[in-house]
Amino acid sequence: MSLKTAPRPARGNVAARIKPGRKRSFGLDRRPGFLTYGLLFAFFLGGAYPLWWSFVTGSSSGGAFEGALPPIFPGEAFLSNVSEVFMTIDFWSALANSVIVSSIITISVVGFSTLAGYSFAKLRFRGKQGLMVFVVATLAVPTQLGIIPLFMMMKQFGWTGSLGAIMVPTLVTAFGVFFMRQYLVDVIPDELIEAARVDGASMIQTFWHVGVPAARPAMAILGLFTFMTAWTDYLWPLLVAPQNPTLQVALSQLQSAKYVDHTIVMAGAVMATIPLLLLFVLAGKQLVSGIMAGAVKG
Amino acid sequence: MTSTISPPSGPRQERGARRDEKAGASGHETRSRPSLRAKLGALDVKVSPYLYIAPFFILFALVGLFPLVYTFIVSINDWDLLSGAGDWVGMENYVAELNDPYFWNSLFNTFSIFLLSAIPQLIAATFIAAILDQNLRAKTFWRMGILLPYVVTPVAVTLIFSSAFDEKYGLINNFLQMLNFDAVGWKSEVLPSHIAIASMVNWRWTGYNALILLAAMQAVPRELHESAALDGAGAFRRFFSITLPGIRPSMIFVIITATVGGLQIFTEPKLFNPSSSTLGGPNREYQTTVLYLWDLAFNRGDFGKASAVAWLLFLIIVLVGVLNFLISRSIASTNGDRSGKLNRSDRRAARKSAQQNAQGSAQENSKEHRP
Repeated sequence: MSLKTAPRPARGNVAARIKPGRKRSFGLDRRPGFLTYGLLFAFFLGGAYPLWWSFVTGSSSGGAFEGALPPIFPGEAFLSNVSEVFMTIDFWSALANSVIVSSIITISVVGFSTLAGYSFAKLRFRGKQGLMVFVVATLAVPTQLGIIPLFMMMKQFGWTGSLGAIMVPTLVTAFGVFFMRQYLVDVIPDELIEAARVDGASMIQTFWHVGVPAARPAMAILGLFTFMTAWTDYLWPLLVAPQNPTLQVALSQLQSAKYVDHTIVMAGAVMATIPLLLLFVLAGKQLVSGIMAGAVKG
Repeated sequence: MTSTISPPSGPRQERGARRDEKAGASGHETRSRPSLRAKLGALDVKVSPYLYIAPFFILFALVGLFPLVYTFIVSINDWDLLSGAGDWVGMENYVAELNDPYFWNSLFNTFSIFLLSAIPQLIAATFIAAILDQNLRAKTFWRMGILLPYVVTPVAVTLIFSSAFDEKYGLINNFLQMLNFDAVGWKSEVLPSHIAIASMVNWRWTGYNALILLAAMQAVPRELHESAALDGAGAFRRFFSITLPGIRPSMIFVIITATVGGLQIFTEPKLFNPSSSTLGGPNREYQTTVLYLWDLAFNRGDFGKASAVAWLLFLIIVLVGVLNFLISRSIASTNGDRSGKLNRSDRRAARKSAQQNAQGSAQENSKEHRP
């Protein structure tokens, strides 16, 4: 396994996974044959084809291919379909909403998780064990099932329809705290913190100058996945702010709008996928290594 | 919990005071400074850890735990969306729901879709991971390629698949009819609709889970494979005797996250057929439990019953999680016997491979104790 694609060790056991000096011996490390690449290519096609098909459909004029096999190459109506999309839903403001909501959630989750994770990993305080057990126990709690009181709260505060209401339930996650704690516990030597303290740094200065720089790689991974999760969320934004939709909600409104051809729905789906495709192109490697390092969430 | 996070408000001022102290300390108070500074330093050390974890705990309590607990209170009242809290009704909402065929229907649909997605997905993910766990050229490219569907959001996935599964003009029925098969009622029959919805979940998540399992496979010590190969074990034998037992903890992790997520499935059935006036199909063919909850709460306004459903689902998810854990633990504990039997039955395996097996299960055990 090449070190280039290997994730930075996020936990102790990951470090053990990366063995730079793996020996080549009797065929185990032999380059695989065509069958392997053929299978992989087939899986890749299976993953990519629905996307391609949605683009082909989204670029054809309505009713062009009923009954026949779908065309392989895109048609010429994509731009006119997209303009139809823009007329049906307010695409740009939905996109802006999604960017704002996802960014603020990401900043909040990463910030608070780093702070709490650092405290759990490196500081000594009474009740630490018990509180950490609590965090781990809440990892698997489906907080989504609390939507009814949450909705009532938002209504009570008069927040429904605002972006704030969309963000509030996910400003912190137990997973984030757990993830940062697991990372920091191995990565910062206690001596470094002691040295900073001896030099007269206050606790917060130590956190800022020792903890945060060390946490940066894990913060990036956590941020990436938090952003994806916030971006893809549908149930809560739909419930609490349908009149001020995020991109996902707007997209679903496109589908249920009357007299909308499915070529236009497909064009909308393609448009809504482009931002994350861009992210994938830019940070796909980090996504892969993040998943493999255990930055996982259901 | 509250007792440990209540101190913060005081110390914040203290630290502010300390900064003032520092700024104005250059002159007259030189003598008393060290002791005061030491005191403040000690306070800093004592209080800071709580200050750092406080934001998480306070916010989580407010928006995570409180709503979940409050759901229970709503569920024992006759609570309406419009008129608000009504009479206390005890367990009546629960009794009503447990006698409601729609509730059981939603539960059946949820589990059916969950099984149709989890089992094929796990098998496919393991297979793909095994293929990726070779000395490939362009590793990163293939890994990214397998992950591609993950960046398509569930809403977009559902729109795309909903169009492909359209009963009249959909890609899939067109194709079936071209091969002289009958068109399938993807949106009006129970099993086909479950298969269609499960296929969306599978499409999006298989590659993602394959990467988790790939990471686990790479953690299996290479030496085990080498010595097994030396003893003449073929690729398949090595896969079933070394790789699979080695990735069991990650397998369990994947299963548990798939369970917690899968039992709360909402987006896919919600948007699968927008022309259906009932949520989850004309006759609730694919109305999952969260969809049923949504319908009950926000269409029919019965917060009390909907909260009861939420709590029932919560209990079911916890129960399934615990069951998963117990089953996986009992498999793990019988593992030692199994490898023992393997040794005895395997004639070719001499002393060396027996040693290797023992070593393997020891390593495995240590791995299982890890989390």
